[in-house]
Amino acid sequence: MTTQEALFRYTLQIGDNALILGHRLGEWCGHGPILEQDIALTNIALDQVGQARSILAYAGKLEGKGRSEDDLAYLREERNFYNLLITELPNGNFADTIARQFFFDAFNFYFLTALKNSKDETLAAIAEKSLKEVTYHLRYSSEWVIRLGDGTEESHQKMQKAVDDIWNFTGEMLLMNEVDKMMAAEGIGVNLDEIKSLWDDKVDEVLSRATLQKPESTWTQKGGKQGVHTEHMGFILAEMQYLPRAYPGAEW
Amino acid sequence: MITKHKISSIWKILENVKDPEVPVLTVVDLGIIRDIRYHNDELEVVITPTYSGCPAMNTIATNIKLELAANGFEKFKVTTILSPAWTTDWLSEEGKKKLKAYGIAPPVKETLDKSVLFGEQPEVECPQCASTQTKLISQFGSTACKALYQCQTCKEPFDYFKCH
Repeated sequence: MTTQEALFRYTLQIGDNALILGHRLGEWCGHGPILEQDIALTNIALDQVGQARSILAYAGKLEGKGRSEDDLAYLREERNFYNLLITELPNGNFADTIARQFFFDAFNFYFLTALKNSKDETLAAIAEKSLKEVTYHLRYSSEWVIRLGDGTEESHQKMQKAVDDIWNFTGEMLLMNEVDKMMAAEGIGVNLDEIKSLWDDKVDEVLSRATLQKPESTWTQKGGKQGVHTEHMGFILAEMQYLPRAYPGAEW
Repeated sequence: MITKHKISSIWKILENVKDPEVPVLTVVDLGIIRDIRYHNDELEVVITPTYSGCPAMNTIATNIKLELAANGFEKFKVTTILSPAWTTDWLSEEGKKKLKAYGIAPPVKETLDKSVLFGEQPEVECPQCASTQTKLISQFGSTACKALYQCQTCKEPFDYFKCH
């Protein structure tokens, strides 16, 4: 793999996380537990889809085959998506969505903080822009983990179950594949080993304030960054890609 | 025959372009116009988005082009940059006054800092009755750039243009 090819794959990894999680959050539209939370989840979805747009537009440029951000989002096959498995998991109940969001936001916050120093100016600019938004996301999801965990007996039990259920999908965020290693070595990408302890500390801090137990398992599900997905991914793409595939070139 | 306009007169022209979601603010008030420059006889207007997913950005770019065309410009383009990232510090003082008169509380602190990560809330003044006894209802409001507040004194809910 050349550096240019690795950079293209790297931008897809980052962009696909934002796109798929943004799509998942968008599914809450009209279904939030209360109006304010419906609006909050869809605001976060909007930020993430916006971030995906910036980065996939850049990916298309890097590839040089004339593909736009829309082509990359709506006309790619499942095996060519490189998002983390955690981003494609179903929304579940509100606690499940919050657990997924918190673990990902905590990762994304430190990831983007480091990516701001990328040698690649476009990635650094996108990271700088996105980080401002993700700071609000992390605050939102952290506060909800605490509020539900340290809430009523029932909310505590549901929040703990949500954390336990999703835990084995968190490890993949900090695993480096070949692309990550190449990009980190070039000073373009983030050395995930360097943000692991930051992520751990944040998770410890929030879970302890939430009176929740951190699961002990160190085993992790993985495959997303290699294009091998859970059974949920096909259903997401079927819905997300339906319109542009059924009506090629359709415009708003 | 192309005549180059003075850059300062172009800034003036762009004051006619409003933010479609907060129509009291011009694109100049918002601070999203980062540069206006000529490349030979082609005019370039450089803008930056407020938020990555702000749905108003496409409309704003179109409206800038329409405004330039209406003022007799023929060769121009609008380009977008991401860095330096937009901040509410770039809102003009005039813009802050207009926001308040419109019923949206302007940002009170400069830029967002890490205090946002936990708990610390700015003291936001109610744009209706000027009370500072106000409460954050939700960090996310009717558009990406606003949070939802309620005044404890006059009980009115209001939007707060949050620090960014």
